[in-house]
Amino acid sequence: MGGPEAKPAGGGLKGYAPFCLFLLGGCVSWLLNWEPGKEILKGFGRFAAEMIPVLPLVFILIGLVDVWVPRRRVEEMLGDESGLRGMFLVILLAFFNAGPLYAAFPIATILRKKGCSLRNIFVFLGAFAAMKIPMVSFEIGFMGLKFSMLRLAFTLPIFIGVGILMEKLLGKGYEMRGS
Amino acid sequence: MTGFSIFILCGLLVSFIADRRRTLSGLKRGGRMFLNVMPTLLTVMVLMAVGLYLIPAPLIARVLGEQGGALGFLLAASIGSIVLLPGFIAYPLCSTFMKQGASVSVIAVFVTTLMMVGVLTLPMESKFFGLKAALIRNGLSLLGALVVAILMGLSYGRT
Repeated sequence: MGGPEAKPAGGGLKGYAPFCLFLLGGCVSWLLNWEPGKEILKGFGRFAAEMIPVLPLVFILIGLVDVWVPRRRVEEMLGDESGLRGMFLVILLAFFNAGPLYAAFPIATILRKKGCSLRNIFVFLGAFAAMKIPMVSFEIGFMGLKFSMLRLAFTLPIFIGVGILMEKLLGKGYEMRGS
Repeated sequence: MTGFSIFILCGLLVSFIADRRRTLSGLKRGGRMFLNVMPTLLTVMVLMAVGLYLIPAPLIARVLGEQGGALGFLLAASIGSIVLLPGFIAYPLCSTFMKQGASVSVIAVFVTTLMMVGVLTLPMESKFFGLKAALIRNGLSLLGALVVAILMGLSYGRT
């Protein structure tokens, strides 16, 4: 598999530099009582509170899928030959998800590893971004049924188109390798 | 979110009962991936915190509520592409402005780019998919969001 797993663990301590710098800046602004710095630190805390409960679970899920789900089965259902049924299935899969889009990246990576077609990967991401059930029900509550249904009706063909184009532009065999 | 947590923890329990060794190996694989993503994730969170400070909610409110026409549309698209607001913050905001008569296409472009385009999460996305794929996906999604918003405006009969 490409992606994050391919890198040797522990080799990337340098990657923590921006975060350490940020922490240092945060401490200094706290000591000097510098409002903007404290404000940014508070924002960071809010994002951390949103992510910390979700992400470990996502990675547990991915580990379990990795060891239990047979590649052949996924390939059959979501692979290059899966057609409209496969596309329908990935949209359904995205439907019953929660959490921000970046939680979908690792899920997409494991699906790809298990043989999901590139087109379906990006259709999954689009559906995850735009039509998760918790988000849509919230949207209907605030914006009304008409707004929500119209948005879904216009967005659905768009992200299916994005999926098809992505596969065309990158090539079916594109390896999702992290940079 | 709680349903999701319970589902995964139950799955973990069942998996553990079914095959201890396999479960541990799965947890190890998931954990290794998590550790590898950690530095990028922290960097993205730092970027998001700084971004939220530079583009605060009152500014977003002004763009959505007051700026009409092409300028408002483009501003809403840019802000939506950069910041990340969870739905429970974004929708109440949008709903208020729509009731006050803000244009549907401005609201729609903001909401759609918010969901589908993520400039600040690009480092993380490219870590998983490669920079090329991440850039193309965000570019295409931005174009798509503009189309969706224009269609929304047209179907409401006012842009």
